[in-house]
This record gives sequence, structure tokens and C-alpha cells, in this order.
Amino acid sequence: MAQIIIKNLRKDFGDFTAVKSSSFTIENGEFFMLLGPSGCGKTTTLRMIAGLELPTAGEIYIDGEDVSHKRASERDIAFVFQMFALYPHLNVRQNISYPLKSQGMPRAQIKTKITEVARLLGIEEILDKPVGGLSGGDRQRIALGRAIVREPKAFMMDEPLGALDAEFREHMAEELRALHDRMGATTIYVTHDQLEAMQMGDKIVVMNHGSVEQFGVPQEIYDWPATMFVADFIGSPPMNFLYFKGSINAGDSTIVLAGQKFEIPTQLQGCEGDIVFGVRPEHISFDPDSQYRGDILATEYLGTTQIVTVKTRNGILKARIPSSEPVSEGEKMGLAFDPGVITLFDKKTGRALLSKGNKGVLGDG
Amino acid sequence: MSGYSVTEPSKRQKWIAGVLVITYALVTLMPLLWVIATGFKSPADSIAYPPKVVFHPSLEGYVNLFTTQTRITPDMKATLTPPQTWYERIVRNKGMMIAGPSRYGQRFLNSIIIGFGSTFFSVFLGTLAAYAFSRFRVPIKDDLLFFILSTRMMPPVAVAIPIFLMYRQLGLSDTHLGMILLYTAVNLSLSVWLLKGFIDEIPQEYEEAALIDGYTRFQAFYKVVLPQAATGIASTAIFCLIFAWNEYAFAVLLTSGTAQTAPPFIPTIIGVGGQDWPAVAAGATIFLLPVMIFTIMLRKHLLRGITFGAVRK
Repeated sequence: MAQIIIKNLRKDFGDFTAVKSSSFTIENGEFFMLLGPSGCGKTTTLRMIAGLELPTAGEIYIDGEDVSHKRASERDIAFVFQMFALYPHLNVRQNISYPLKSQGMPRAQIKTKITEVARLLGIEEILDKPVGGLSGGDRQRIALGRAIVREPKAFMMDEPLGALDAEFREHMAEELRALHDRMGATTIYVTHDQLEAMQMGDKIVVMNHGSVEQFGVPQEIYDWPATMFVADFIGSPPMNFLYFKGSINAGDSTIVLAGQKFEIPTQLQGCEGDIVFGVRPEHISFDPDSQYRGDILATEYLGTTQIVTVKTRNGILKARIPSSEPVSEGEKMGLAFDPGVITLFDKKTGRALLSKGNKGVLGDG
Repeated sequence: MSGYSVTEPSKRQKWIAGVLVITYALVTLMPLLWVIATGFKSPADSIAYPPKVVFHPSLEGYVNLFTTQTRITPDMKATLTPPQTWYERIVRNKGMMIAGPSRYGQRFLNSIIIGFGSTFFSVFLGTLAAYAFSRFRVPIKDDLLFFILSTRMMPPVAVAIPIFLMYRQLGLSDTHLGMILLYTAVNLSLSVWLLKGFIDEIPQEYEEAALIDGYTRFQAFYKVVLPQAATGIASTAIFCLIFAWNEYAFAVLLTSGTAQTAPPFIPTIIGVGGQDWPAVAAGATIFLLPVMIFTIMLRKHLLRGITFGAVRK
């Protein structure tokens, strides 16, 4: 089990920079999510940590040891691939024992280990079957078995649930998390699914265009996005952006939007020009007294809540309100925002303005 | 007839299809059957017109193929012991006696050595090259691949003269090594391109899994990639063997004795003691066997292989 430190990691493929100077630390035993849209560099980062790609620059430390240029086989890391990558010419038992054989472990000991792992994963019955005809879930378990059987320092998982059907994913995600809690091994998990990241991760790194956008615990990232990208990428529907021109000074705790004053967390940083007012859908409510009004364009019924699309003078936003509140399309509504969880962004840089709430935690912070 | 249907074909449809396929097979197999039959005919039957479909099978062709014979002169007759074996008897019956073994066996052996030798090297080198082209960032990769392919853009015989001169200079003329090198060189482009296609189809994740599991790159290659590429390797080997086995032009030009292969030798049988068609046919029949056996042995792979990796489980 190990702590993993990433320092200024960079990877170029010819003219293309896949990862630009990323830094973050993964604590021992953490379930760590690398989250981002496809092509953001998360898989490349993972592959560099595992030793499947060599970094162009930067260092990787596993347990304090610089492994940046070591072979994958010397890093004592297990990897679970998206398509599982079970050796098709071997049966289940041979697949799981493959990493042990390379270590030259005695046969009897391998056998005990496999029995142990098979019991843990509930795959005792299929041990002697070829991997070809097995279901996605079983393949997933075998891939996990092959990873955990050698008790590595850390696990790398590259969208391991991506190949499963939606129904089964949920179940497997729980199983995976439970397995991690039981073993307590450092795990780095790559996903583009923000729900998966929030649900399973102890900590999340959000990446975009090869850079770390934000690094923190799920709630911090959700409530206090450091950039407009994170605000937009996380949450469904994502954070609403209301655009306005004006100026904000450090120490301000109110802003004026279209004549209506709103309370916001005390700002630590000022900004002049194009400013973006960011608010999560569930932090919007209807207030008949509010002078800030919008037209209701549409409603989406989701059971206990509904998503209401409202057109305001500063842009369209989506509010999540209880289904019990009657709303109808075409109606004009006054809007109120929960003052405790507002983030202002500088539109030019796309970064959050620091406030009492939003500390803008980044990879190097 | 019901026009187009996606259901199981009817008995009648199956029957018609069967007749068509068998007819087509007979038409295409005709020359082959003709050669095989001629090998078992007597010289007289072999040139009979109209051709004899039913005939007394005889092994004379095969005996003639494997032996050299001399005519028995009247003064020799007295000293001759009666024939001991069935093949001696066949030869005596036409007034000849066996003088010794023919060179066919040795030529056949040359074909085996050169054919299988060059196939081995073509596939061995081709697999390594294809793996490198498929997996690594090779500088000017596309140009190299095109260059390799370009060696096949003209008929090999076009370079026969330079190769002839080169081989004479290097002392490679009429040597097994020379022929193996030559056929390997000609086959390499085919094997590199074919195998690259097959290896491209194998997901890299398998090797990466092996690297992670503690194996070196080379171990990952032979423990994980090779078993996956077996189909491709088998079909490539068959293509290479068929070329090297049947090659005639270079064999005529570059070999005359020690390393002569069967293809240039078989026509020379005609000249030995008149037009001995059964012996020629016997030589051709035996010549067919190794490729046939090799292909049958690998046919399971070949069937999947000729779809060029399109079908993967």
C-alpha cells in the first residue's frame, strides 16, 4: 500500500501535449478518481503512473521512490483495463495466476491464493472455464481477481465499468468500493462519468485539455468548483451561469443583478468586466417577492423533483425544485438563490473568484 | 421457388446447391485428377486417344520416376539373376534393368529444405518486423512499409539477371542457403504486410496486461501475442510455402545440381527414355503432397486466416 506523488507530469505525443504539467498527491489507501471528458489526458496520466507510457517530463513517486522511468513490471502496480484484457488463450484460473507465475511463486501457494481470491469475488465455479463465453460481470471479476491476487502497492483502473450495461454498473460500482474498503489499497480510477466519480471517490482530480482543473474531495468540487469547466462538467444538470458586466471588490458580500441585490459569500478577490454568477440548480428557489424575474420555458418531471427551465435577463438557467410546487410554462416567477453556495467566475480566465466559500483548490494547492 | 427467404433453405434448394458445388469442384479439380490418374497409367494408356478413363493401374510411372534404367542387351541376359522385388519385375517386363536410384528423391529433398527453410525465415522475420511496425513508433514507418511492399511491385524474374550475377559472385549459385535467402527475401514483403494486419487486430491491452503482470516486453510478445497471432502466422506460412514450393523461374536459373528443386527437375524426366508421361505425372503428384498435407494440417487456421482477421471471437 502506498502514497503516490505526481510532480509536474507532462506527456507529449509529437506536437500534441496530452498532459501538461500535472501535480497531485494520492494518499495511502485513498480511492482516487481521475475525472474528465475523453481526450483530457486522464488515461495518459494513469498509464504513466502504471509505467505503460514514459513521461516527457516530471516525476512519479510511489512510496517515496522515484519510479518515473522504471518498467511497469518493476513498479508493483496492478491495472484493470477497460475491456478487461483477459488473456483469451488461457482459462480463468490461468488468467488470475498469470502475475503470480511471473514472480516464480510455488504452485501450491498459487493455488491457495487463487482459491482465496475466487472466494472473495464469488467466482469459484467458473475457475476452470475459458474466458471466452463469460458475461461482462464475470470478466470484470476475473480482471479484478488478476489485479488483487498479487497484492500490489496500488491499483490502476481505466474505466473498468465502461464495458458493462448500466444496470450492472451500479452493482459493480458498489462491489468495487466495498472491495477497496476491505483491502484498503490505494486505487486510482479513471472515469468520464461524474456520477461514478462522486459516488465512489475519496478524492477527485478533474482534468481538461491535459491540465488539472481541480483537485479535492467530491463535495468540495461540487459545491466550490475552481473553474467554469468543473462547474459545467460536474452535476446534472450542471451549474447555471448568469453573465453580467460589472465590478466586484474584495470584501463584497452582495452583488446586484438587474436591479436586485443578492447576498453572496464574502469575496476575497475582485474582478472587473465580464463576470459570471454560478449557482447550482438545487440552490435556486421561487420567491414571489423577488424582483429578479424569469419566464418559465419548460419543466421536466423527475419524481420527487422537477427541473424548471427559466429565461432570465442574464441567460437561461435550470432550477431543481420540489415536484410539489406548482409551476406552469409561460409563467413569470421571482427567483432567489441560496446565498451560501454562490461562486463568481471571471469570464476571461474561466476561474472562480476566491471567496470565503470557494478557495479555488487546485492541483498544486 | 419462393424468391428470397431468410428461413432454412428447402431440401430442393439444398440439393440444387449441392449439385452446383460438386459440379464446380469437379471442373476445377479435373486437371489435378488427370495428373494423379496419369501417374498410375501405363505409358501406352497415358497417350491413348480417346483418353482412357478406366485403365489398369500400374506403378510403372513411379518406378521410372525413382530409378534410372538401362536396356538389357542379349549377352547380359545370361548373367542376370531373376528379379527380387516388385519394382524390378515391372522394369524387367519391358526389357530394362534398374541401374540405380534417380535424382528425384534428392531434388524433392531440396524442395523440402528450401521451401520449409525459407518459409520458416519469412514467417520468423516477418512476425518480428510486423510486431515492431504494429507496436512501436518506428521513424519513417510508412515509407519503410511502402518500400517493403514495393519489392513486390514487379515480377521477381525482372531482377533475375542481376541476382544471377550477384549469386555467381557471392558463390551462392546452386546452394541451399542461396535459394532460402532468395525466397525469404521475396516472401518477406508478403509476410510483413499480412502479419502486420493480424497483429494490428490484437488489442495492445493484452501485452500491457502482461507487462503489468511482471513480464518483459519479449515475454509479453511470445506468451501473449504469439498465441493470439497463431491464425495469421499459419496462413502466412501457407502462402509463403506455396510460393517457395512452386517457384520455377529462379530455380531454373540459379540451380542445376546440388540445390536444384523439384519444379525444374520434373520436366527433365520427359527426356529420359522417350516421353514418359506417367513418370512426370507421378513426380507432380508426389510434389503436391507436402503442400497439401501442410495446408490440411493448418486448414482450421487458414479458414479464419483468409478473412484477414475480420472475424474475431
